[in-house]
Amino acid sequence: MTTKGSAAAGPFLSTDTTAVVLGRKARKGRPRGRPAGASRLRHLRGFAWVLPAIVVIAVFVYLPLVQNFGFSTMEWDIYSGTQTFVGLDNYVKLAGDPVFWTSLGNNVLYAVLSIVFQVAGALVLAALIESLRSTRWRKSLRAIYFVPSAISLTVAGLLFYFIYEPNLGLLNHVLDAIGLGALAQPWLGQESTAMVSIIAMSQWQGFGYSTLLFAVAIQRIPSELYEAASLDGIGPIRRFFHVTMPLVREMTGLMMIVTISGAFQVFNEVMVMTSGGPNNSTQVLGTWLYRNGFVRNDFGYAAAIATVLFVITLAIAVAQLWYTRRRRVEW
Amino acid sequence: MVTATTVNPNVNPAAGRSRNPRVSHIGFLGIVGRVFIWSFLLGLVVVVVYPLLWMVMNGFKTNTELFGNPFALPLDWSWESYVNAWNRGVSGYLAASVLVTVTSTITTVFISAWAAYGLTRVRLPFGGATAGFILGGLMLAPTVALVPLVKMFQSMGLYNTFWALLILYTAFRIPFTTFLIRAYMIDLPREVDEAAEVDGASRWTAFWRIILPMSKPIIISVVILHVLFSWNEYLFAMVFTSGTDMQTLPVGLTSLMSKHGTDYPVVFAGMVIAALPVVVLFFICQRYFVKGLSEGIGK
Repeated sequence: MTTKGSAAAGPFLSTDTTAVVLGRKARKGRPRGRPAGASRLRHLRGFAWVLPAIVVIAVFVYLPLVQNFGFSTMEWDIYSGTQTFVGLDNYVKLAGDPVFWTSLGNNVLYAVLSIVFQVAGALVLAALIESLRSTRWRKSLRAIYFVPSAISLTVAGLLFYFIYEPNLGLLNHVLDAIGLGALAQPWLGQESTAMVSIIAMSQWQGFGYSTLLFAVAIQRIPSELYEAASLDGIGPIRRFFHVTMPLVREMTGLMMIVTISGAFQVFNEVMVMTSGGPNNSTQVLGTWLYRNGFVRNDFGYAAAIATVLFVITLAIAVAQLWYTRRRRVEW
Repeated sequence: MVTATTVNPNVNPAAGRSRNPRVSHIGFLGIVGRVFIWSFLLGLVVVVVYPLLWMVMNGFKTNTELFGNPFALPLDWSWESYVNAWNRGVSGYLAASVLVTVTSTITTVFISAWAAYGLTRVRLPFGGATAGFILGGLMLAPTVALVPLVKMFQSMGLYNTFWALLILYTAFRIPFTTFLIRAYMIDLPREVDEAAEVDGASRWTAFWRIILPMSKPIIISVVILHVLFSWNEYLFAMVFTSGTDMQTLPVGLTSLMSKHGTDYPVVFAGMVIAALPVVVLFFICQRYFVKGLSEGIGK
C-alpha cells in the first residue's frame, strides 16, 4: 500500500493516493501494522515541503543568534583579528557605560511616547473618523493619514532633517510666521531637543498606520451597540469609553506590543537624522550597537548590546504570544 | 484572528448614529464640538500633506530659492533636479531596489507557501516542533544577529553583494510570511485535497493547481507586506551594501545626501522618486493594503 508513489517519484512528486488520507488519520494516532521503513520514508518526503524554510532560517536566523552569545564573551584585536575569551567582561563594561544607559532610556522614551500617540492618540482619531457621516470623508482621511507610512522611514527621516534644519527648515519658519519665532531653535543640533524631535518625526510617520488598523477594528463593532447606547441617552464621549474602547481591546493590546517591540528596534530614523549625536544624546540600543561593532570594530561589546536587545525583544514577543493565546481562548 | 478586514461602510457605527434624532438636538454645544473635530481633522491633514508637498516642490526649486522663502512656490517648474538625481545614482538605486524587492518577494512567498502547505496538509515528523521552529523566528530581531551575520557573509564572500540582501530579506521574513499563509491554509476545507487525490493528482499538482490558487487573497496580502518591507528596509541594506553598486534606495538616498549635500533640490528629488512607487501602489490597491496590514498585525 505504500510503495507505489515512494519508489517512483521524487520528494515533491508524490503520486501516492494514500498519503493524504492516512495523513489525516495520523493526526489522531499512528496507524498500526504499517511497515516502519516505508512510513519513515514517507515522513521524509513530506519534510521536503518545509526543508527550504528550515534550512534558511536555521543558518541565517538561529545560527547567528547562537553565535552572538559566543561573540559577546570575546574581545577582538582590531589589527590582528584574533579573539580572546574574556568571560562576562563585555557585560560588566556595559553596566558601567553611560551611553548604554542613555540608549536604553531613549528606547523607553520612544516606547512611551509612541504608546501615547500611536496607540491612544490613534484610537481616539480612528473613533473620530469613524463617527463622521460621509463615507467619502472617512475613506479619504484614513488614506491621507496613511501616506507617511507608505514612504520609508529613510525618506521621512531625511524630510524631517530638512524640516528641523535651522536655516531652510520649515519648522522654524512656521514658528516665525505665527509669531512664535522665539521658539525657533536648532532642533536636531542640541541635546535637549534632538531625541524628542526624532520621536516626533516617527509619530508623524506612523500614526496613520495604527489609525487605519483601529478604524478597521471599530468598523467591526456592530452598529446596534451604538444605536442602543444613543437611545439610552449616552453621549459620544461615554460611548467611546463604554462601547468602542472595550470592543477594540484586542487590537489595542496588539498595537501596544507591536509598538513597544518596534520602539526597542529603532535604528533607521536615528541613523538618518543624527547618527546618535549630538554628544550621543540620541543613541538608541540599535545605533550604539552599530557604532561599537562597525565603526569602532569592538565586536564583542556590540554582541553584548545585542544580547540585551535579544532579551528585551524576546520578553515582548513572549508577552505577545501569551496575549494572542489568551485572546484565542476567549473567542 | 483578525481576518474580516475589508472596509465595509454597511457596518459603520456612524450609519446608525446619523439617523439618531438626538444628534440634531444637541444644539450649540454640538455645533461647537463638530467645528472643533473638523478643524482638528483638517489641521492634521495639513500637517501630513504639507511636508510632503514641500518635499515635492523643493525638487523643482533651485538651491538659492530653497534658502530663500521656504513657503514660496518654485519660480519655474524645472525638472532639472529630478533629471540630475536620476543621473547621479538614483536610477541605479531604483534598479537595485526593484531587483531585491522582486527576487526576495518571489523566494520568500514560495518558500513560505511550501512550508505552510507542509505544516497544514502533510504529515510531518515532529510536526509541532517544526512549526515552532519556523514560527519562533518571528521573535528574533534582525539587529541581534547583525554582528555574526556580517562575519558569516564575509567568510562566504557574499558581503556587499546582492545575494546578501536576497538571503537576509528572505530568511528574516519567512517566519512571518509562513505564519500568515499557514493561518489561511488551515481553514481551507480538507475535502479539496481528497477530491484532488481521487482525481489522481499528486501533492505537487494539488499544491500548484488547487491550494495555491485558493490561497490567492492571502498571497496578495503577503506580497504587499513583503514589497513594503523590502522597498523600505534600511538596516541590512546599509550594513551589507554600503559603498557598492548594489545600494538600494533607502541607503542610496543617504549617500546622495552625503555626496551632493549642498545641492539640496537633487536630494529632495531623489526622495520623491524613492517614495512615489509605494505611495502609488498604495492608492491603486488600497483595499489589499488595508487587508494585508490588518492581517499582519493580527499575528
